[in-house]
Amino acid sequence: MPAPIRLRELIRTIRTARTQAEEREMIQKECAAIRSSFREEDNTYRCRNVAKLLYMHMLGYPAHFGQLECLKLIASQKFTDKRIGYLGAMLLLDERQDVHLLMTNCIKNDLNHSTQYVQGLALCTLGCMGSSEMCRDLAGEVEKLLKTSNSYLRKKAALCAVHVIRKVPELMEMFLPATKNLLSEKNHGVLHTSVVLLTEMCERSPDMLAHFRKLVPQLVRILKNLIMSGYSPEHDVSGISDPFLQVRILRLLRILGKSDDDSSEAMNDILAQVATNTETSKNVGNAILYETVLTIMDIKSESGLRVLAINILGRFLLNNDKNIRYVALTSLLKTVQTDHNAVQRHRSTIVDCLKDLDVSIKRRAMELSFALVNGNNIRGMMKELLYFLDSCDPEFKADCASGVFLAAEKYAPSKRWHIDTIMRVLTTAGSYVRDDSVPNLIQLITNSVEMHAYTVQRLYKALLDDISQQPLVQVASWCIGEYGDLLVSGQCEEEEPIQVTEDEVLDVLEGLLVSNLSTPVTRGYSLTAIMKLSTRFSGVNRIKKVVSVYGSSIDVELQQRAVEYNALFKKYDHMRPALLERMPIMEKTATNGPTEIIQTNGETEPSAVEPKHPPPVTQPANQANDLLDLLGGNDVVPVIQTTMPTKPASAGGELLDLLGDLSLTGAPAPAPAPSSQPPFLLDGLSSQPLFNDIAAAAIPPMTAYNKNGLKIDFTFERANPNPNIAVITIHASNSTEADMTDFVFQAAVPKTFQLQLLSPSSNVVPALNQGSVTQVIRVLNPQKLRMRIKLTYTHKGSPVQDLAETAALELHGKQQSI
Amino acid sequence: MMHFLLLFSRQGKLRLQKWFTPVTDREKKKVIRDMTAMVLARPARSSNFLQWRDLKIVYKRYASLYFCTGLEDQDNELLALEVLHRYVELLDKYFGNVCELDIIFNFEKAYFILDEFLMGGEILETSKEVVGVSMEAGDILQETMEEYMSKPAY
Repeated sequence: MPAPIRLRELIRTIRTARTQAEEREMIQKECAAIRSSFREEDNTYRCRNVAKLLYMHMLGYPAHFGQLECLKLIASQKFTDKRIGYLGAMLLLDERQDVHLLMTNCIKNDLNHSTQYVQGLALCTLGCMGSSEMCRDLAGEVEKLLKTSNSYLRKKAALCAVHVIRKVPELMEMFLPATKNLLSEKNHGVLHTSVVLLTEMCERSPDMLAHFRKLVPQLVRILKNLIMSGYSPEHDVSGISDPFLQVRILRLLRILGKSDDDSSEAMNDILAQVATNTETSKNVGNAILYETVLTIMDIKSESGLRVLAINILGRFLLNNDKNIRYVALTSLLKTVQTDHNAVQRHRSTIVDCLKDLDVSIKRRAMELSFALVNGNNIRGMMKELLYFLDSCDPEFKADCASGVFLAAEKYAPSKRWHIDTIMRVLTTAGSYVRDDSVPNLIQLITNSVEMHAYTVQRLYKALLDDISQQPLVQVASWCIGEYGDLLVSGQCEEEEPIQVTEDEVLDVLEGLLVSNLSTPVTRGYSLTAIMKLSTRFSGVNRIKKVVSVYGSSIDVELQQRAVEYNALFKKYDHMRPALLERMPIMEKTATNGPTEIIQTNGETEPSAVEPKHPPPVTQPANQANDLLDLLGGNDVVPVIQTTMPTKPASAGGELLDLLGDLSLTGAPAPAPAPSSQPPFLLDGLSSQPLFNDIAAAAIPPMTAYNKNGLKIDFTFERANPNPNIAVITIHASNSTEADMTDFVFQAAVPKTFQLQLLSPSSNVVPALNQGSVTQVIRVLNPQKLRMRIKLTYTHKGSPVQDLAETAALELHGKQQSI
Repeated sequence: MMHFLLLFSRQGKLRLQKWFTPVTDREKKKVIRDMTAMVLARPARSSNFLQWRDLKIVYKRYASLYFCTGLEDQDNELLALEVLHRYVELLDKYFGNVCELDIIFNFEKAYFILDEFLMGGEILETSKEVVGVSMEAGDILQETMEEYMSKPAY
């Protein structure tokens, strides 16, 4: 039998193959030769054959029949055999095959071999692919080697121990004694691997973490030596001494210093030193700075250091190197939650990164931009983000559109702006928006009553331009169906009203029905919209015709709708106006979750033949409902203390200017008749005025509420220059032992009065009467004022809510005390 | 820790694969396919970092070879670039002006060098000299055998 060809020969031969088929043929031939050679138990050339097999394995061909041969090589005495054998084991075997367990004994023997390089091979193999069983069996040997003075073996044993701990965490304790003097080594290899071992132990066990905290000074010293020491050719990388070790130590310090004040303090100086002294001209220096910044942000560092860290990231953002910019954006994303204001300072740079050519950077910049949006910068940021949406790759559009919607919902400065923004998204990235954005937008539009005419006009114009983007078309047809009358009558206030006839509108909607671009869902929307217009437009015949035509449509959904609408025209015409009238405002449960209006193509289902819809409520239904209900009916105008989308949500608890916002009827209602007055807290006291003096605006203060330790006093004065405005100042004090936090005072008055509630001095009422919260109420047209108040606060951890009513306050002088 | 280290050519041919976690053969093939596709598709002047599943992918091109590694979330990407560079330097020192052919014809040596530099996905030795010394010693041990056998080992 001739000697099997040598490895390099084989490689050369295979590379001459011109086609895949030729290569496959050569390989099959060689594999057959190798297989027969293995069968003959040829010891001399086993090594060569396995090496060739490994090469063929790398090309992608099966090599499993060589697994046992690797084991035989490992058991051989020759170093060459062992070397190839262990390599083969690492490439061909893994813990899934039972065969690998046969290695255990060999490895055990080799771990005790006289030659350190053989021991090294064994440690390497164990440390790369040792299974849990192998690790359990051999952990003792590894631990022994961890204590040796041979640095070559010690470093390998350390990383092997890391692998053992990863596979079998229970064995961690076993290595603890050996770690005692690991850090006193001078050898950098041992130092580095020891730090890795310590890191792994600290990450896995809080006890270990506490135990190793005492190493912080030693680590700091090692790091300091690395920085201060002169040039060491052995470890130098572009002028920095052993950056790998430096980074690893910084990472361990990060873990040790997290949520521990003492350790954090001990490392403050060295971190500042590294941050300021590291050369930033090469990637190496920046790698160290990056790790330093991550460490500073994670431990309990002092604020000066944190600012230094953020500034480093800011400098990174301006760096020419794309990698550094990418890394800066990633880190800023991590810190934006905790150090929001500091990151805001770099907002303009971050927004510029949106225009970067690199895809990874663009994505990071987009995520970070969304995290930075707040009530103050919403307009500017949205402009940039919409511009980005216009020009970005399709892979970004969906995420960007979702982000824009979320941000607009949270921070929109005005309803018109909100609607404009959403329209812009729909027109530019309409096909990429999420499915639930259509119902969300419809819900938003119904809620902005005053914008209906403007909205429908803009949507109509958008439809004239482009009917290919389905979400836009769906929203537009729904709106035209609902508000078509506003469109035709040209009532728009916000912009120039367009002149549209009923026929033109119907043309557009019918065009949607027949267009190839419209999906079946869109067609459904437009058919319903046409139907709704039958109650809003005068020319019904055309609509009847369209509806009857679609009664024989192939699309089952359209057919069903058309048939039902037909029935509406024929048999149930008396119900048609009621069924098709304006939709009421829809309640929204959560911003992102499924809303209750899932059937929100806004249709009525004629087949259900439902009774009349409740009359549309023109006020947004929020917390105000509580007070409304309690005061018994509609004769009270609530003071709403919520943040409406019309006002920026920058300060929590900002109160609305009632006089500007809610629509009060022009003519004042007659003063409430005595018989309809709800019962007062104390009834039947005589209306003995305490002070008759009108001119001296000194109405004595009164206690409006006193319960559970919370006392609210009212003091009165008359506002200059308008004597018709009474200014009531409430003083809330707390006589209990615990503070009352999140204190919110709300008030409701009858419709004849107008009331303005200014911001409170604070929302914590300190305990034991140590201070009070004051808030000013201005009342216009004060006569006999009765006020219902609602108080909410948190006391000793649990929320408290209470309602009360003041007596009739005769604010022009006379009043009743309670 | 690093999860894997791959070397492949501009045509997508694999030259070296080191796996630091237990992975099935099918999964290995998938990872290799994904990595080659993603990395080769990158335009010339982009950053060296990618996100893939839950790993950070760091890659660098040296002449005709791409060096590609997958990192965990808390690993330092910029340092990974230095690790790749250090490996290339080690190869360069050993082979003397290393090129792709050296790695093709001496792939087992490339593995041996790697095993002196990294282990279990972590850096084993930070000194270039020490790695060089270990390789020399290993080679001498091999040659001794060869002389003894008076024929080339493989």
